[in-house]
Amino acid sequence: MTDSTKTAEIIGSVGKVIEEQKEYLTELDRPIGDSDHGINMARGFAAVEKKLPTVAGKDIGTILKTVGMTIVSTVGGASGPLYGTAYMKAGAAAAGKTEIGMEDFLKMLGDAIDGVKMRGHSDVEEATMLDAMVPSLNAMKEAFAAGKTTKEILDAGVKAAWAGAEHTKGLVATKGRASYVGERGLGHQDPGATSYAYTLQAIASNYC
Amino acid sequence: MKKFINDVANVEDEMIQGMLKAYPQYLRKLDCGNVVVRATKKEGKVALISGGGSGHEPAHGGYVGTGMLDAAVAGAVFTSPTPDQVYEGIKAVATDAGVLMVIKNYTGDVMNFEMARDMAEADGIKVAQVISNDDVAVKDSLYTVGRRGVAGTIFIHKIAGAKAEAGGMLEEVQAAAQKVIDNVRTMGVALRPCTVPAAGKPGFDLGEDEIEMGIGIHGEPGVKREPIKPANEIVDELLDHILADIDYSGSDVAVMVNGSGGTPLMELCILNNHVHDVLTEKGIRIYKTFVGNYMTSIEMQGFSLTLLKLDDELKELLDAPADTPAFR
Repeated sequence: MTDSTKTAEIIGSVGKVIEEQKEYLTELDRPIGDSDHGINMARGFAAVEKKLPTVAGKDIGTILKTVGMTIVSTVGGASGPLYGTAYMKAGAAAAGKTEIGMEDFLKMLGDAIDGVKMRGHSDVEEATMLDAMVPSLNAMKEAFAAGKTTKEILDAGVKAAWAGAEHTKGLVATKGRASYVGERGLGHQDPGATSYAYTLQAIASNYC
Repeated sequence: MKKFINDVANVEDEMIQGMLKAYPQYLRKLDCGNVVVRATKKEGKVALISGGGSGHEPAHGGYVGTGMLDAAVAGAVFTSPTPDQVYEGIKAVATDAGVLMVIKNYTGDVMNFEMARDMAEADGIKVAQVISNDDVAVKDSLYTVGRRGVAGTIFIHKIAGAKAEAGGMLEEVQAAAQKVIDNVRTMGVALRPCTVPAAGKPGFDLGEDEIEMGIGIHGEPGVKREPIKPANEIVDELLDHILADIDYSGSDVAVMVNGSGGTPLMELCILNNHVHDVLTEKGIRIYKTFVGNYMTSIEMQGFSLTLLKLDDELKELLDAPADTPAFR
């Protein structure tokens, strides 16, 4: 169970880990992209941090929608629309709610994933953030169905997200700028899948 | 890095301000972001909006005016504008006839424009889109995001713009734009790379005697590096790729010899001289030729060659009057 105040704190912690990992994420982007993923994401979350006080006390849907809009208008490139869409879709699934449970949370992640697939015209196994997002949601759904505790469910999600990010090393990108390098991208971990694993990790450690 | 700039952070803003001051009779800027629209809005007409990263001047602000674009949205150098900026542009020029977005095929551009489209449609604005992908240097396959949109995009602005100006419906304007996309091919080559102001160093290095074939318009490396050779042989190589992609034989074409920003007109004319000789010899009729800087990559020394296969409709629309800062 989490509420509006907690949601704002969680977003703050996501921003913190993105800022901490800014250079690492940018470094991952260098061989396959245009070496700006960490820089762009950190710029977006710096803007989010400034924006959060303006929605303090609002419902979770409004908070996440604001996060999404802010990311979209400050990050640019492909990460801006993709992460922005993810937060906006999650927000739409939580519209009007000031408290959410695990079932709501899993629905929000599912909608976020659908949004990313739609926006990126993409799916798993294409070396993108979806390769961390989809397996992690599946792992959480499985744990939820098995009646596991909140902590166990989130831990399963984080573990699967990191495994998914690792898995992108063996994939040839067919979407985004990385597709121009083709097989030369093999062996490189996708920066978007990595930033998503960090995101879910931050959410998990602050959820309860 | 040696450039006529004041501060890398202000490059885009000062460029837009300078453009506005040069062409106040054509252009007006919106308050939010670097969005330029026609000085006078024409009601009842399908509105055309394009844009992308800065650094391609005169694209796209230079093509805002009668017979071409209604709005151009400029992002940071070589970086797509954000959806909120595109959305503001759409809102500013939208009419009851609808809006056509002309997008160059880059992942970021496509996503940001499509998000803006979602936002505008939520307001009840009718929006359609086309995606240009004329660069034959990139393979259009399952394994890439497809060909890049490059200089051929200018023909879309011209032809779809003429269709809209003549009172075409949104579906007709979109169809005219798509007809250009289906019939236009481009390939580029560079002698010297360009430097993004914020990066401070070139996107790649080229030796004194090397050229980069299949170059894009963002300073990214091309598909092949080879030793420098005479202009005619470079033209031959580009034409080999372009002519292999569409059957142009026996047809009328428009030719664009487009400078990348740092190429003298003298050399563009030398290149065009051979383009005409080869096409004529192959029985391809040249209907119209454009030589100049239409879609640049900052100061890159290079050029691209574009061939547009024409039918009667495209000829008529290409010939229709246009009055913009960069195309008249």
